[in-house]
Amino acid sequence: MSRPDAVEPRFQPGDSVAVRIAYPLGHVRTPHYIRGKSGVVERLCGVFGNPEELAYARRGLPRQPLYRVRFRQGDVWPDYGGRPADTVDIEIYQHWLEPAS
Amino acid sequence: MSADDHHHDNRHSHADAAAHQGPPRPDHDDTLTYYRAMETALRELLIDKGVFTADDVRRQVEDMDNRSPAQGARVVAKAWVDPSYRKLLLEDGGEACVVAGLDRGPYKLVVVENTPDTHNVIVCTLCSCYPRWLLGLPPDWYKSRAYRSRVVREPRAVLREFGTEIPDDVVVRVHDSTADMRYLVLPQRPAGTDGWSEERLSKLVSRDAMIGVSLPRRP
Repeated sequence: MSRPDAVEPRFQPGDSVAVRIAYPLGHVRTPHYIRGKSGVVERLCGVFGNPEELAYARRGLPRQPLYRVRFRQGDVWPDYGGRPADTVDIEIYQHWLEPAS
Repeated sequence: MSADDHHHDNRHSHADAAAHQGPPRPDHDDTLTYYRAMETALRELLIDKGVFTADDVRRQVEDMDNRSPAQGARVVAKAWVDPSYRKLLLEDGGEACVVAGLDRGPYKLVVVENTPDTHNVIVCTLCSCYPRWLLGLPPDWYKSRAYRSRVVREPRAVLREFGTEIPDDVVVRVHDSTADMRYLVLPQRPAGTDGWSEERLSKLVSRDAMIGVSLPRRP
Protein backbone atom coordinates (compact mmCIF):
# COMPACT_ATOMS: atom_id res chain seq x y z
CA MET A 1 0.00 0.00 0.00
CA SER A 2 1.48 3.33 -0.99
CA ARG A 3 1.27 6.40 1.18
CA PRO A 4 -0.48 9.46 -0.25
CA ASP A 5 1.76 12.07 -1.84
CA ALA A 6 0.05 14.93 -0.04
CA VAL A 7 -2.04 15.39 3.09
CA GLU A 8 -5.57 16.77 2.64
CA PRO A 9 -6.17 20.21 4.20
CA ARG A 10 -8.25 19.90 7.36
CA PHE A 11 -8.65 23.58 8.23
CA GLN A 12 -10.38 26.51 6.57
CA PRO A 13 -10.00 30.27 6.88
CA GLY A 14 -11.64 31.38 10.13
CA ASP A 15 -10.97 28.09 11.98
CA SER A 16 -9.45 28.39 15.45
CA VAL A 17 -6.24 26.40 15.72
CA ALA A 18 -3.59 25.75 18.34
CA VAL A 19 0.09 25.19 17.64
CA ARG A 20 1.42 21.92 19.02
CA ILE A 21 3.86 22.08 21.90
CA ALA A 22 6.70 19.90 20.72
CA TYR A 23 10.46 20.26 20.54
CA PRO A 24 11.71 17.84 17.90
CA LEU A 25 15.35 18.05 16.90
CA GLY A 26 16.33 19.08 13.40
CA HIS A 27 15.19 21.68 10.89
CA VAL A 28 11.80 23.02 12.02
CA ARG A 29 9.99 26.06 10.63
CA THR A 30 7.59 26.56 13.54
CA PRO A 31 9.06 29.35 15.70
CA HIS A 32 9.46 28.48 19.39
CA TYR A 33 7.61 31.61 20.48
CA ILE A 34 4.35 30.45 18.94
CA ARG A 35 4.23 26.84 20.18
CA GLY A 36 1.23 26.30 22.44
CA LYS A 37 -0.51 29.50 21.25
CA SER A 38 -3.91 29.70 19.58
CA GLY A 39 -4.91 31.73 16.57
CA VAL A 40 -7.21 31.82 13.56
CA VAL A 41 -6.48 30.50 10.06
CA GLU A 42 -6.11 33.52 7.74
CA ARG A 43 -5.66 31.51 4.53
CA LEU A 44 -4.50 28.23 3.08
CA CYS A 45 -1.28 29.05 1.20
CA GLY A 46 -1.05 25.77 -0.69
CA VAL A 47 0.47 22.34 -0.21
CA PHE A 48 4.26 22.17 0.08
CA GLY A 49 7.03 19.66 0.62
CA ASN A 50 7.68 19.20 4.32
CA PRO A 51 10.81 21.26 5.09
CA GLU A 52 11.63 18.98 8.01
CA GLU A 53 12.27 16.28 5.39
CA LEU A 54 13.56 18.44 2.52
CA ALA A 55 16.30 19.85 4.77
CA TYR A 56 17.89 16.41 4.88
CA ALA A 57 17.71 15.81 1.11
CA ARG A 58 14.66 13.59 1.47
CA ARG A 59 11.59 14.03 -0.71
CA GLY A 60 9.45 16.06 1.67
CA LEU A 61 6.56 13.60 1.45
CA PRO A 62 3.80 13.60 2.24
CA ARG A 63 3.48 17.25 1.29
CA GLN A 64 1.78 19.35 3.95
CA PRO A 65 -0.88 22.05 3.69
CA LEU A 66 0.60 25.38 4.74
CA TYR A 67 -1.54 28.03 6.45
CA ARG A 68 -1.11 31.60 7.47
CA VAL A 69 -2.37 31.74 11.05
CA ARG A 70 -3.18 35.05 12.70
CA PHE A 71 -2.46 35.42 16.42
CA ARG A 72 -3.45 38.30 18.69
CA GLN A 73 -0.32 39.79 20.19
CA GLY A 74 -2.12 39.98 23.54
CA ASP A 75 -2.42 36.16 23.40
CA VAL A 76 1.19 35.63 22.32
CA TRP A 77 2.97 37.88 24.86
CA PRO A 78 1.35 38.26 28.29
CA ASP A 79 3.17 41.59 28.77
CA TYR A 80 2.64 42.92 25.23
CA GLY A 81 3.11 46.67 25.31
CA GLY A 82 1.10 47.70 22.23
CA ARG A 83 -2.59 47.20 21.51
CA PRO A 84 -3.68 43.64 22.42
CA ALA A 85 -5.53 43.53 19.07
CA ASP A 86 -2.23 43.89 17.18
CA THR A 87 -1.47 40.64 15.37
CA VAL A 88 1.34 38.44 14.18
CA ASP A 89 0.66 36.25 11.13
CA ILE A 90 2.84 33.15 10.81
CA GLU A 91 3.10 30.42 8.18
CA ILE A 92 2.56 27.06 9.86
CA TYR A 93 2.36 23.58 8.33
CA GLN A 94 -0.69 21.49 9.11
CA HIS A 95 1.12 18.81 11.11
CA TRP A 96 1.90 21.50 13.69
CA LEU A 97 -1.75 22.51 14.12
CA GLU A 98 -4.63 21.10 16.15
CA PRO A 99 -8.24 22.29 16.33
CA ALA A 100 -8.71 24.80 19.16
CA SER A 101 -11.96 25.13 21.07
CA MET B 1 57.74 42.39 5.01
CA SER B 2 61.34 43.64 5.41
CA ALA B 3 62.33 47.05 6.74
CA ASP B 4 63.46 48.00 3.24
CA ASP B 5 60.04 47.31 1.74
CA HIS B 6 58.44 49.39 4.40
CA HIS B 7 60.79 52.26 3.76
CA HIS B 8 60.06 52.04 0.06
CA ASP B 9 56.31 52.17 0.70
CA ASN B 10 56.68 55.27 2.76
CA ARG B 11 58.79 57.05 0.16
CA HIS B 12 56.25 56.06 -2.47
CA SER B 13 53.40 57.64 -0.50
CA HIS B 14 55.31 60.83 0.01
CA ALA B 15 56.22 61.07 -3.65
CA ASP B 16 52.56 60.65 -4.67
CA ALA B 17 51.08 62.74 -1.88
CA ALA B 18 48.63 64.40 -4.23
CA ALA B 19 47.27 61.06 -5.48
CA HIS B 20 47.14 59.28 -2.12
CA GLN B 21 44.73 60.77 0.37
CA GLY B 22 45.95 59.92 3.86
CA PRO B 23 48.30 57.21 5.12
CA PRO B 24 48.30 53.67 3.68
CA ARG B 25 45.54 51.50 5.13
CA PRO B 26 45.22 47.72 5.27
CA ASP B 27 43.21 45.96 2.58
CA HIS B 28 39.60 45.22 3.44
CA ASP B 29 39.59 41.60 2.29
CA ASP B 30 37.22 39.52 4.39
CA THR B 31 38.47 36.93 6.82
CA LEU B 32 38.46 33.38 5.53
CA THR B 33 35.88 31.98 7.93
CA TYR B 34 34.83 28.32 8.20
CA TYR B 35 31.71 28.82 6.07
CA ARG B 36 33.57 30.92 3.50
CA ALA B 37 36.13 28.15 3.09
CA MET B 38 33.30 25.60 2.78
CA GLU B 39 31.58 27.72 0.11
CA THR B 40 34.80 28.08 -1.89
CA ALA B 41 35.56 24.36 -1.66
CA LEU B 42 32.04 23.34 -2.73
CA ARG B 43 31.91 25.87 -5.55
CA GLU B 44 35.28 24.76 -6.94
CA LEU B 45 34.27 21.10 -6.76
CA LEU B 46 31.02 21.76 -8.63
CA ILE B 47 32.92 23.73 -11.29
CA ASP B 48 35.51 20.91 -11.60
CA LYS B 49 32.72 18.38 -12.02
CA GLY B 50 31.12 20.50 -14.74
CA VAL B 51 27.84 21.10 -12.86
CA PHE B 52 28.19 24.80 -13.63
CA THR B 53 30.91 27.19 -14.72
CA ALA B 54 32.65 30.04 -12.95
CA ASP B 55 30.90 32.36 -15.39
CA ASP B 56 27.51 30.96 -14.31
CA VAL B 57 28.34 31.85 -10.71
CA ARG B 58 29.55 35.31 -11.67
CA ARG B 59 26.41 35.93 -13.74
CA GLN B 60 24.15 34.93 -10.84
CA VAL B 61 25.97 37.34 -8.54
CA GLU B 62 25.69 40.07 -11.17
CA ASP B 63 21.95 39.39 -11.66
CA MET B 64 21.34 39.64 -7.91
CA ASP B 65 23.36 42.85 -7.65
CA ASN B 66 21.24 44.35 -10.43
CA ARG B 67 18.03 43.80 -8.47
CA SER B 68 16.96 46.69 -6.31
CA PRO B 69 13.95 48.12 -4.48
CA ALA B 70 13.16 50.00 -7.72
CA GLN B 71 11.43 46.83 -8.95
CA GLY B 72 9.14 46.68 -5.93
CA ALA B 73 8.51 50.43 -6.17
CA ARG B 74 7.31 49.97 -9.75
CA VAL B 75 4.74 47.41 -8.63
CA VAL B 76 3.55 49.63 -5.77
CA ALA B 77 3.20 52.73 -7.96
CA LYS B 78 1.27 50.73 -10.55
CA ALA B 79 -1.15 49.54 -7.84
CA TRP B 80 -1.62 53.14 -6.69
CA VAL B 81 -2.78 54.32 -10.12
CA ASP B 82 -4.64 51.24 -11.37
CA PRO B 83 -7.38 49.73 -9.14
CA SER B 84 -7.63 46.52 -11.17
CA TYR B 85 -3.86 46.02 -10.92
CA ARG B 86 -4.05 46.64 -7.16
CA LYS B 87 -6.68 43.90 -6.92
CA LEU B 88 -4.49 41.47 -8.87
CA LEU B 89 -1.45 42.35 -6.74
CA LEU B 90 -3.34 41.55 -3.53
CA GLU B 91 -4.82 38.33 -4.93
CA ASP B 92 -1.88 36.92 -6.87
CA GLY B 93 1.40 38.74 -6.26
CA GLY B 94 3.42 36.52 -8.60
CA GLU B 95 1.09 37.09 -11.54
CA ALA B 96 1.13 40.83 -10.80
CA CYS B 97 4.95 40.79 -11.02
CA VAL B 98 4.73 39.16 -14.47
CA VAL B 99 2.15 41.72 -15.64
CA ALA B 100 4.57 44.48 -14.57
CA GLY B 101 7.30 42.90 -16.71
CA LEU B 102 9.20 41.41 -13.75
CA ASP B 103 10.08 37.86 -12.71
CA ARG B 104 7.34 35.84 -11.09
CA GLY B 105 9.90 34.92 -8.45
CA PRO B 106 10.75 31.53 -6.95
CA TYR B 107 8.22 31.87 -4.09
CA LYS B 108 4.58 32.87 -3.72
CA LEU B 109 4.32 36.60 -3.09
CA VAL B 110 1.82 37.74 -0.47
CA VAL B 111 1.16 41.48 -0.64
CA VAL B 112 -0.24 43.07 2.51
CA GLU B 113 -1.91 46.44 2.21
CA ASN B 114 -1.60 49.33 4.63
CA THR B 115 -4.88 51.14 5.22
CA PRO B 116 -5.95 54.03 7.46
CA ASP B 117 -6.52 51.49 10.28
CA THR B 118 -3.85 48.81 9.60
CA HIS B 119 -0.07 48.97 9.37
CA ASN B 120 1.92 45.92 8.20
CA VAL B 121 5.55 45.04 8.82
CA ILE B 122 7.61 42.08 7.57
CA VAL B 123 10.18 39.95 9.35
CA CYS B 124 11.69 36.49 9.11
CA THR B 125 12.34 35.45 12.70
CA LEU B 126 13.99 32.18 11.64
CA CYS B 127 16.55 33.53 9.16
CA SER B 128 16.31 36.29 6.56
CA CYS B 129 13.58 35.37 4.02
CA TYR B 130 12.95 38.38 1.82
CA PRO B 131 11.44 38.96 -1.66
CA ARG B 132 14.89 39.29 -3.24
CA TRP B 133 13.64 39.20 -6.80
CA LEU B 134 11.63 42.36 -6.11
CA LEU B 135 13.76 44.23 -3.57
CA GLY B 136 17.32 42.95 -4.07
CA LEU B 137 19.40 41.86 -1.11
CA PRO B 138 17.99 42.58 2.35
CA PRO B 139 19.60 45.29 4.49
CA ASP B 140 21.91 44.04 7.25
CA TRP B 141 19.53 45.14 10.02
CA TYR B 142 16.80 42.92 8.53
CA LYS B 143 19.07 39.92 9.15
CA SER B 144 20.14 41.04 12.63
CA ARG B 145 19.07 39.07 15.68
CA ALA B 146 17.90 42.31 17.30
CA TYR B 147 15.37 43.14 14.56
CA ARG B 148 14.21 39.55 14.13
CA SER B 149 13.59 38.95 17.81
CA ARG B 150 12.22 42.36 18.74
CA VAL B 151 9.88 43.27 15.90
CA VAL B 152 7.52 40.38 16.70
CA ARG B 153 7.53 41.18 20.42
CA GLU B 154 7.47 44.99 20.48
CA PRO B 155 6.79 46.14 16.90
CA ARG B 156 5.66 49.62 17.87
CA ALA B 157 8.87 50.29 19.80
CA VAL B 158 10.99 49.02 16.89
CA LEU B 159 9.04 51.13 14.39
CA ARG B 160 9.53 54.16 16.63
CA GLU B 161 13.29 53.58 16.47
CA PHE B 162 12.97 53.74 12.67
CA GLY B 163 11.20 57.09 13.10
CA THR B 164 7.78 55.61 12.40
CA GLU B 165 5.11 56.41 14.97
CA ILE B 166 1.96 54.30 14.55
CA PRO B 167 -1.10 55.88 16.20
CA ASP B 168 -2.87 53.84 18.90
CA ASP B 169 -6.02 53.48 16.80
CA VAL B 170 -4.08 51.73 13.99
CA VAL B 171 -3.61 47.96 14.29
CA VAL B 172 -0.06 46.72 13.73
CA ARG B 173 0.19 43.42 11.87
CA VAL B 174 3.56 41.66 11.89
CA HIS B 175 4.09 39.00 9.21
CA ASP B 176 6.62 36.33 10.10
CA SER B 177 7.97 34.87 6.87
CA THR B 178 8.68 31.37 8.20
CA ALA B 179 8.12 29.11 5.21
CA ASP B 180 7.18 29.26 1.53
CA MET B 181 5.65 32.76 1.21
CA ARG B 182 7.48 36.02 0.69
CA TYR B 183 5.94 39.36 1.62
CA LEU B 184 5.69 42.90 0.32
CA VAL B 185 3.94 45.79 2.04
CA LEU B 186 1.73 47.91 -0.20
CA PRO B 187 1.99 51.31 1.52
CA GLN B 188 -0.74 53.94 1.41
CA ARG B 189 -0.46 56.42 -1.41
CA PRO B 190 0.69 59.76 0.03
CA ALA B 191 -1.76 62.66 -0.10
CA GLY B 192 -1.01 65.45 -2.53
CA THR B 193 -0.02 63.14 -5.40
CA ASP B 194 -3.18 63.39 -7.52
CA GLY B 195 -2.46 63.06 -11.20
CA TRP B 196 1.12 61.88 -10.69
CA SER B 197 2.54 59.38 -13.17
CA GLU B 198 3.58 55.88 -12.09
CA GLU B 199 7.20 56.78 -12.64
CA ARG B 200 7.01 59.87 -10.46
CA LEU B 201 5.07 58.02 -7.74
CA SER B 202 7.59 55.18 -7.70
CA LYS B 203 10.26 57.63 -6.52
CA LEU B 204 8.31 58.04 -3.28
CA VAL B 205 8.41 54.29 -2.51
CA SER B 206 11.43 53.39 -0.43
CA ARG B 207 12.71 49.93 0.37
CA ASP B 208 11.90 50.43 4.05
CA ALA B 209 8.30 51.40 3.25
CA MET B 210 7.90 48.07 1.42
CA ILE B 211 9.28 46.18 4.47
CA GLY B 212 6.92 48.26 6.60
CA VAL B 213 9.38 49.91 8.99
CA SER B 214 8.74 53.26 7.31
CA LEU B 215 6.20 55.19 5.27
CA PRO B 216 6.50 56.44 1.68
CA ARG B 217 8.31 59.71 1.16
CA ARG B 218 6.11 62.80 1.14
CA PRO B 219 5.72 64.67 -2.16
